[in-house]
Amino acid sequence: MEFTLLIPALPLLCFLFLGLAGHKLCPRAAGLVGTLSMALSTALAWATACIYFFATPHAGGYEQIVPMATDWLCFSQRLVISVGVLLDPISVMMLVVITTVSLMVHIYSLGYMEGERGFQRYYAFLSLFSFSMLGLVVAPNIFQMYIFWELVGVSSYLLIGFYYTKPSAVAASKKAFIVTRFADLGFLVGILVLSYYTGTFDLGALTADKGSLVIASTAGASFMGLSVASWAMALIFMGGAGKSAMFPLHIWLPDAMEGPTPVSALIHAATMVVAGVYLVARLFPVYVFAAPDVLQMIGYIGAFTALFAAVIAVTQTDIKRVLAFSTISQIAYMMTALGVSGYGAQEGPGYMASMFHLFTHAFFKALLFLGAGAVIHAVHSNEMAEMGSLRKYMPVTNIVFLIACLAIAGIPPFSGFFSKDEILAAAFEHDKLLFGVLWVVAGLTAFYMFRLYYNIFWGRERQYHHKPHEASWMMLAPLVVLAVLTCVTGFIPFADFVSSDGAPLHTHIEWPIALSGIAVALVGIFAATLLYRRGGDLPDRIAARLGGFYRATSRKFYMDELWMFVTKKIIFRLISTPIAWFDKHVIDGTMDAIGLSAHRSSSAIKGLQSGKVQFYAWIFVVGALVIAIWQLFF
Amino acid sequence: MNILSVFVALPLAMLLVLFLCRTTVQIRTVMVAGASLLLLAAAALVVVFVGERAASDAEMLLVADTVWYAPLNIHYAVGVDGISVLMIVLSAVIVFTGVFSSWNMNREFFLWYCLLSIGVFGFFISLDLFTMFLFYEVALIPMYLLIGVWGTGRKEYSAMKLTLMLMAGSAFLLTGILGIYFTSGGQTMNLVELAGRHIPMMHQYWIFPVTFLGFGVLGALFPFHTWSPDGHASAPTSVSMLHAGVLMKLGGYGCFRVAIYLMPEAAHELSWIFLILTGISVVYGAFSAVVQTDLKYINAYSSVSHCGLVLFAILMLNQTAMTGAVLQMLSHGLMTALFFALIGLIYGRTHTRDIREMGGLMKIMPFASVCYVIAGLASLGLPGLSGFVAEMMVFVGAFAEHDLFHRVLTIVAACSIVITAVYILRTVGKILYGEVFDRHHLGLPDAAWYEKVSAVGLIVCIAALGIWPSAAANIITEGVAPVVKHLTIL
Repeated sequence: MEFTLLIPALPLLCFLFLGLAGHKLCPRAAGLVGTLSMALSTALAWATACIYFFATPHAGGYEQIVPMATDWLCFSQRLVISVGVLLDPISVMMLVVITTVSLMVHIYSLGYMEGERGFQRYYAFLSLFSFSMLGLVVAPNIFQMYIFWELVGVSSYLLIGFYYTKPSAVAASKKAFIVTRFADLGFLVGILVLSYYTGTFDLGALTADKGSLVIASTAGASFMGLSVASWAMALIFMGGAGKSAMFPLHIWLPDAMEGPTPVSALIHAATMVVAGVYLVARLFPVYVFAAPDVLQMIGYIGAFTALFAAVIAVTQTDIKRVLAFSTISQIAYMMTALGVSGYGAQEGPGYMASMFHLFTHAFFKALLFLGAGAVIHAVHSNEMAEMGSLRKYMPVTNIVFLIACLAIAGIPPFSGFFSKDEILAAAFEHDKLLFGVLWVVAGLTAFYMFRLYYNIFWGRERQYHHKPHEASWMMLAPLVVLAVLTCVTGFIPFADFVSSDGAPLHTHIEWPIALSGIAVALVGIFAATLLYRRGGDLPDRIAARLGGFYRATSRKFYMDELWMFVTKKIIFRLISTPIAWFDKHVIDGTMDAIGLSAHRSSSAIKGLQSGKVQFYAWIFVVGALVIAIWQLFF
Repeated sequence: MNILSVFVALPLAMLLVLFLCRTTVQIRTVMVAGASLLLLAAAALVVVFVGERAASDAEMLLVADTVWYAPLNIHYAVGVDGISVLMIVLSAVIVFTGVFSSWNMNREFFLWYCLLSIGVFGFFISLDLFTMFLFYEVALIPMYLLIGVWGTGRKEYSAMKLTLMLMAGSAFLLTGILGIYFTSGGQTMNLVELAGRHIPMMHQYWIFPVTFLGFGVLGALFPFHTWSPDGHASAPTSVSMLHAGVLMKLGGYGCFRVAIYLMPEAAHELSWIFLILTGISVVYGAFSAVVQTDLKYINAYSSVSHCGLVLFAILMLNQTAMTGAVLQMLSHGLMTALFFALIGLIYGRTHTRDIREMGGLMKIMPFASVCYVIAGLASLGLPGLSGFVAEMMVFVGAFAEHDLFHRVLTIVAACSIVITAVYILRTVGKILYGEVFDRHHLGLPDAAWYEKVSAVGLIVCIAALGIWPSAAANIITEGVAPVVKHLTIL
């Protein structure tokens, strides 16, 4: 299985090639180079999946394989960063998801980004991102994970700020990087704590045997009432929460929509933003056995975020922002599923459901974003107000978008239904309150997705400057592929492959819960149909009725204002400006004062060295007299 | 001749040959040839050193000793361990790239430049405290003229301030050296011999702080760092490069080699005072950088923060953190030199360093801008570039000290990585991205070939260190080990 190393290595080579020589190539050639290398990676990833799941003998469960690892840097005798490849069900699944979506985005971008300035740079960054993300998921070592974690952060920064002459894009990229950096600080400290106690970075060692290493090595140690293991895992989760946009660290994701739309599809919908979920899943045994309190907290944070983001999504008018909040909400769904999961065969459906949802979500959310990209390409705007009745102009986009909306709303037989049902069932088993929240969110999701759908493809006819046109085949082909995947992935017997302990899980659809889920989704769809299909002014009147609550929601509950307050007011005005003042006036002032005092005192006494002989003689005589008088009288 | 003396002899020869040069071409030829030879010699030194290291486990290798002044037992004693070898390599790289970044300077400038190099190299090869101090002074004095004559802005003020503050530091240092000389028993200045002796605790209590402070001033230790922003802002490009890239490392190296190595007991007992100061440096420098508007000030405060981390890590007194400290010295030296080279390039064209008066340079000078982004990413610790490895090594090492005091300080210092991101991205966003701010900037040329040599050379080193850190880390570890052993015997 050594060839798996090539899966991340190919995009890296492609990045280096395009980064160094890209400007010498014509744009189309650069795009093709990027796409071809990604296609190779995709083929290899699928081959890996086939070999891993079907051709490797496994008795009773899938095991972790480390086909290759090499020591990269030794911190001390015990703490070694070994870089390599780790294969287990979830990393193989992630390989497939990332390469497939990335390939689709590569192909789509050939059409979408055509004629853009910096086309080569775009493909170089896409390759860099793919490399980093693939390196992240195959990491056998938590420090390797952190390394690639930072690298995806930077690729995301570069891609969000791709249109670097646009101030809003620059600001958004900065915000995304700094917010996630702040979260990564928690991740780093968490790693430091964990590795200090356990003496290893190796994920296999950390998670082996129900996390017994962590439990044994941190036994008895506690800080401020929480056990050290809980602290470490909570801090590590902070990193995951930053990347996966959990409340209150979600603020960067909606702004990240300033990047090109295919980038949003790849990074901010399908792959990078689920890294946090993946991180928790990767360390799952440690969470379950060593820090169950943190896992429970993750469940509640997830549920709150899911609801919070879904409510905001209802009021947004920028189609990409609706999708962004929908992404936050869906990722929170996955987090909640992890939070309600236990370990092993019967307690662990939540884990499987979470990974399943991650898998299906990646395809239909990428489809939604790419579809939205086709729409934006056609009407040159992100605003719902400037769209309507596009079904007449863009029939194919209309159909694939509808499929994706049905999938995310949880209508069978599309993929979202199956994974969402598993999550709801797992939540129902574990915690009725969380189930209730998720159930409401399912309804809201159906509502806002169909609000979006009707506003774009139905509703009022608009006056378009240019007649909107269907996207080119290069953009449509990936849409169709993803639509097909959205239709079929739900039927994959996912529980046979992925489970918290590697052993196949026996699940079946819980019809009462599934039906209740479908019912609430249908209510949402029905409400949206009523309100938005014809495009009347009823929605506006309802909004006016809601008054303050609506305003607060459409302003995203003022979280952006809070962020501005923290950065502008606190970091700039309250900390940095006083420190700079202090440095200039107090510290440097003291140094200047010392210099000045030397200067002053020297000018005060330099008169003594005047060179006037009479003055010297006078001093001499006076001095002699003083001494003489002293000698005589005292 | 010992291979180490080449590093002093070569700049000296360059200096002498420069006297004979008349035309610009001749001057450039001499400088480029000399600097390339230095680089080659440094590469050769690494090879020789690794070979010798495999054969011998003596603390210092390639040792040579000549009596210089017998009555006071002063020797010209040279020798290197892993740390000084890498410091020499760093200096050679920066001297080399500095030549290309000061392409249009005149002969007198390069004369002082060579003298400065002699001082720097001499310092790193010295094993004798006296010659070490001598070379230290040789490195400091030319700075006054280089800034005072060829600088910009308030150059006389800055040059004077820098020189006086550093001189005050060396006054402390001299006191410390004399203290070591007289209290260690035998009349010797040789570092290795001194390490074998024991300085009485009573004396260690005052000598340790005095020497640490003396070197610390050069390492921009809070609150003695204020020479750095003004000095860097006024200095010409290559002087800034050499100063921030190498000279500030003399401080860290000295603290390690003299203060901690010779006075381990005092280091253990008094390190907390300096840990607090360096902890402040790290965070304070970062916050100060956030609101600066002059590119050089931003970078100078960033240096305060990064060099603070060097001293911080040294004071953790354990193997991992100290290795991290040396890596951080290398990393900071390279990336700050790159920063200053690029700032010089930008300033030379736009005639401003104020970030409020620039914008959209990415469109005008793509090459320089991409390099600036890379420097920025290295500075904020992007994996694959040098800064990340160094910082992680420092934090992992520092976290191994398990009492609450060290832990809290480590976490506080780790917060600087977020603040670093804030000021780096703010600068990059303001000057490189956005629309072109000043129409007069539109026709400005991108980097010339010699500036490209300088930038690409540094980037290659930064990336090499970031991608293959274990090469450097293994050499450093062996250099740090004897010092740590010395510390743990207690």
